[in-house]
Amino acid sequence: MATAATHQTARTLAQDGQDGQDGTQADVDDTAAYERAFDAAVAADERVEPRDWMPDAYRATLVRQIAQHAHSEIIGMQPEANWITRAPSLRRKAILMAKVQDEAGHGLYLYSAAETLGTGREELLDKLHTGRQKYSSIFNYPTLTWADVGAIGWLVDGAAITNQVPLCRCSYGPYARAMVRICKEESFHQRQGYELLLALSRGTPEQHAMAQDAVDRWWWPSLMMFGPPDDESAHSAQSMAWKIKRHSNDELRQRFVDICVPQAESLGLTLPDPDLRWNEEREHHDFGPIDWTEFWDVLKGNGPCNEQRITQRRRAHDEGAWVREAASAYAAKHSASGAGRGVEQA
Amino acid sequence: MTTTSVPTAAALALGDDALVLSHRLGEWAGHAPVLEEEVALANIALDLLGQARVLLSLAGDEDELAYLREERAFTNLQLVEQPNGDFAHTIARQLYFSTYQHLLYAELAAADGPFAPLAAKAVKEVAYHRDHAEQWTLRLGDGTDASHERMQRACETLWRFTGEMFRPVAGLDADWPGMESTWVEAVGDVLRRATLTVPEGPRSGAWAAGAGRQGLHTESFGRMLAEMQHLHRSHPGASW
Repeated sequence: MATAATHQTARTLAQDGQDGQDGTQADVDDTAAYERAFDAAVAADERVEPRDWMPDAYRATLVRQIAQHAHSEIIGMQPEANWITRAPSLRRKAILMAKVQDEAGHGLYLYSAAETLGTGREELLDKLHTGRQKYSSIFNYPTLTWADVGAIGWLVDGAAITNQVPLCRCSYGPYARAMVRICKEESFHQRQGYELLLALSRGTPEQHAMAQDAVDRWWWPSLMMFGPPDDESAHSAQSMAWKIKRHSNDELRQRFVDICVPQAESLGLTLPDPDLRWNEEREHHDFGPIDWTEFWDVLKGNGPCNEQRITQRRRAHDEGAWVREAASAYAAKHSASGAGRGVEQA
Repeated sequence: MTTTSVPTAAALALGDDALVLSHRLGEWAGHAPVLEEEVALANIALDLLGQARVLLSLAGDEDELAYLREERAFTNLQLVEQPNGDFAHTIARQLYFSTYQHLLYAELAAADGPFAPLAAKAVKEVAYHRDHAEQWTLRLGDGTDASHERMQRACETLWRFTGEMFRPVAGLDADWPGMESTWVEAVGDVLRRATLTVPEGPRSGAWAAGAGRQGLHTESFGRMLAEMQHLHRSHPGASW
């Protein structure tokens, strides 16, 4: 039976193992024992913590997923920051600035969560900048009008929440805890986006048209945010077994569609899918086919903004190098006297 | 409870300072040199925007004042409208302005005028802005040779916009000469600790007509306003 005690045994074994010799039969046996204890702990819904033994592949999967999530937060600042300087009222400007700031904050928690797995921010940013790690493809679409800020809040943050709420129960403790806070803030953003669109939808005919146009453009890419269909998803099965992931892509996508349909009606906006209708038998909405060719194409780098987003990110990083170097040099000079107050080098 | 009526011109002057600097800091979003500074600069921008909304509302409708006035009707200091430049320029602008704003708000908070409630709250925010600017001035000035050179250049470039801060604003009861000498001493102290040289040039431009407080601005300000106001102005009478 998996209990906290067995997991603790794995921890103890793992710590003892650090002092052992490599490559002996005893190590092989130990590894098998750690794995059994780890699997049992995960099966019992216990949280895995940074110092616990964990399989290399579990660690690698988490680093990949957390990094991709962190990258999405910081790249995701760009399409919205695009409208900060043009926000049409001071109230909206304050809300948007606070939102973009929250995203930077989410990036910080998430890079810290990845750091607990032994991979630092510098290394992850380098992988982002060189295209070896990805961010959510949704941010490769442009924000063309003010209504896009609302559509991102309502649909993109809405889809993100649907994806992320189950992550609050993810087996890896630091990630799960970061997600609790992130989800609270995201749900605030989602309501703000909805409220922005509502004001437009009920505003002048031009404002209404702006809102409808934004929903037309963001709806399908939002559905793609849940990833490829279950039978084509490369990482899903193992992640589900490890309780990193709790629901399949298609389940979450369906949940999102079911949530959005009545909200779109309240907004007085139409979702751009002629096949969208309630299915009595399934007790879910049926929806039309997703253009997966576009999804894979954007993922491969051929979206409208892939080049622009990564170029801006790299430029900010490169142009900031002298600032980070100055902070490190200052901290090094003053660390002995305790007068320095360094910033993290990343 | 104070019954003093609000001097509109003073509310506009202080409100425009906060509005314009908040806008400039908002331009950093997505471009900051380190993630911590994305958070910090946005935080300062939000504090300033909050102050601007209170101050402009004392003078009228915040959105009409922000979005429908022409450039010549804005009375912010020229310092706050200066383009961000590199991070050193932004920090020098922050150092000069937050030191001034901290001194002014401390005086307004202590007095019993119409700005006392706002100033009492804002002075705490601005103390943080000032600390942030001072810490970065130290790091950049006393960091690497390259950062020292950039910070020195930024301090020199913006120096000539600092004299305007201490021209008395009608309706604000403050010891302007006293604030000015405290400012010169405080900023000089930070610069020296940062191994920088206190600029020696004039602290005001040679233009008898005046400067920002008289509605006379620098060329980049018009483009900043064009960007800020265009959407609002494109939909006259719309609510957002």
